[in-house]
Amino acid sequence: MDKLLTVAPSPHIYGEESIRKLMLGVIIALLPALFCSVYFFGWGAVIISVVAVTTCIITEYLIQKFLLKGELSITDGSAIITGLLLAFNLPGNLPVGIVIIGSVVSIGIGKMTFGGLGRNPFNPALIGRVFLLVSFPVQMTSWPVPQGFMTSYTDAVTGATPLEIVKEGLRNGEQVSELMDRVPGYLQLFYGHSGGSLGETAAIALLLGLAYMLIKKIITWHIPVSIIMTISLFTGILWLINPQQNADPLFHILTGGVLLGAIFMATDYVTSPMTRKGMWIYGIGIGIITVLIRIWGAYPEGISYAILIMNAFVPLINRYIKPRLFGKEGRYGKD
Amino acid sequence: MLKTFHKGGIHPVENKFSAGREIRVLPPPEVVYIPLSQHLGAPAKLIIDRGEKVKTGQLVAKSTGFVSVNIHSSVSGTVRKIDQVQDGSGYKRTAILIETCEDEWQPGIDLSPDINTDIQYSPEEIIRKTLYAGIVGLGGAAFPSHVKLSIPRGKHARALIINGAECEPYLTSDHRLMLEKGKELIIGIKLLMRALRAETAMIGIENNKQDAIRHLEELAGKEEGISVYPLKVKYPQGGEKQLIKALTKMEVPSGGLPIDIGVVVHNVGTAFAVYEALQKNKPLIERVVTVTGKSLKNPSNFLVRIGTPVINLIEAAGGLPADTGKVISGGPMMGKALSTFDVPVVKGTSGIVILPESESKRRHVKVCIRCTKCVAVCPQGLEPYLLMSLAQNEYPDELEMNKVMDCIECGACSYICPSGRPLLDYIRLGKAKVGQIIRTRKN
Repeated sequence: MDKLLTVAPSPHIYGEESIRKLMLGVIIALLPALFCSVYFFGWGAVIISVVAVTTCIITEYLIQKFLLKGELSITDGSAIITGLLLAFNLPGNLPVGIVIIGSVVSIGIGKMTFGGLGRNPFNPALIGRVFLLVSFPVQMTSWPVPQGFMTSYTDAVTGATPLEIVKEGLRNGEQVSELMDRVPGYLQLFYGHSGGSLGETAAIALLLGLAYMLIKKIITWHIPVSIIMTISLFTGILWLINPQQNADPLFHILTGGVLLGAIFMATDYVTSPMTRKGMWIYGIGIGIITVLIRIWGAYPEGISYAILIMNAFVPLINRYIKPRLFGKEGRYGKD
Repeated sequence: MLKTFHKGGIHPVENKFSAGREIRVLPPPEVVYIPLSQHLGAPAKLIIDRGEKVKTGQLVAKSTGFVSVNIHSSVSGTVRKIDQVQDGSGYKRTAILIETCEDEWQPGIDLSPDINTDIQYSPEEIIRKTLYAGIVGLGGAAFPSHVKLSIPRGKHARALIINGAECEPYLTSDHRLMLEKGKELIIGIKLLMRALRAETAMIGIENNKQDAIRHLEELAGKEEGISVYPLKVKYPQGGEKQLIKALTKMEVPSGGLPIDIGVVVHNVGTAFAVYEALQKNKPLIERVVTVTGKSLKNPSNFLVRIGTPVINLIEAAGGLPADTGKVISGGPMMGKALSTFDVPVVKGTSGIVILPESESKRRHVKVCIRCTKCVAVCPQGLEPYLLMSLAQNEYPDELEMNKVMDCIECGACSYICPSGRPLLDYIRLGKAKVGQIIRTRKN
């Protein structure tokens, strides 16, 4: 033998999965929603998405190169996802400067402060969004009315989101049945013709993304289903008790980024639990907190905060919620 | 619905290139190296001396305890040396070097091709003869078979499970054995049933071996209590606990043995060896070994004498391919990588898999992204990502609490990890550490 054999412990063969493949899968799943946002919001959507993604990549590169001085990992695609998700959480006419600040905060504070991919406790895109929401409340809550490429980026006609209309109306003592005439119908919500952030408008596009990720086994169904089920149940009960003061469950699911959050934000690998049981607890928690904020809180929508709050519980969930051990009722450890 | 186990599991590419190749008898080599420790448990004790002449099938080393087995010469010739020889595990072990001349068998061994269907032994006799013939589990673990046949007081074996799953990619030795030695196999199963006083036997075969399933179904149909179950293809279905779960829906308790729930599992190869030992009076001196690989010229299944150097097998299968990067003794999921070709085939060698250079290197290790895939594929319900970090940071108490000793080392976690993390490497380290602690605690 002129060359040496490789000797290593088993297993000797490996699956096809890699971080880059998984991340690419998520990016593909985000594409339908991206197309929809461009379709409804025109150039604004293009500019914001491109700026957010580019800034995220550059920020990660600079921090890794000059501060952490570790192995460069920007090719794994996770910064692209953060950028896209942040863009999806922004209104379609947000000034470029604010988008850049949000992206730098997302990657810089939300992700790299903790050591980069795999180590951040909170969803980076949501850190960016919440930072912008408290820093620039006016710009972050003026939503352009979707008019396709007719939507002017700088000088769009703005309007309230359906959730804001309902929340304001209820506060002014109006009835849900009257308010429903002023918000888009379910079919419109489903196809995306309503005010809101870039990614939250078209339910069908987000559901397509979910289907893709489930088929490709990128995520499991547990987190999205548990969130959506909890919100439906909770708002359903409130609606049955008093249909004049509470909107119905379908309205809650289709508005305010619930689908975007449940499908793409809450399922972030790094910041969600490791076991199926843990995922249920996490999803139910997100659902309950979302409804609490929506119905009794100051904000019209609440899933961003709900996800961030439950992110904080993930280490605790991982610590106490264990998968079912094979042959659990065993002697081992007892004798 | 095909039967299977339900927690975890993976689907590696099967690559069973040698599935269609009939078992070929490989003639005895010029020299054999027969290690005294080819099984789990105490090594056998040498009873011959240098320079002595031995016959094929002659006892050369005796078992030294309950968990230990006899070793027989696999060739006839002269004992040239008793030396330390590296075996498949990478360790040097005492081995007998025998130089072959002619193939003269020990008298009393029935070499006729007839199948002896007449069973006339008591359970005790079957166990004694199994012990004498040096039979160990031929699936790879090489655990002495008579130990599994000796039911502890107060326990009762309701069912015998015969493992024909062969869930490791590449390997086909069990597949061929079931196809070509089906009749003998069924008699072996009947012998095992009698030894265990078990009324039923369940043969589990993965569904990618349709011909073997049909063949054995036909043969088992004529017998009382023996039935064949096709299984969904999933690794590690051939793991003892997973196979029991798939066939009986029962789980072996954590830290327990199959007999605790009334079952005993034996491999098809073992059942065949039992047939030969009892009906032909032939000790375990040869076995079927798959020699395979993507760039190997003739992937084959050989009937090989124990102690044959691995290089002879590779030569017989068309020689070592130019792009060889790794040679594995056993399957690619649980087998051991060899560092030389001089290691002998032992009782537990189920196959030799040759991987090309491009597939033999470890992957670049990246950070854990907590994708949960390792937790999802673990058939034992463990959390490999957690066990790895606990082992890295040396927290033996936490490791024990998180049931590291329940790991069956199937490698599904390392296989699936998108970050290429060596999960099983660290879990093994953790197991060794915790095992040590448990042993000192008991003393």
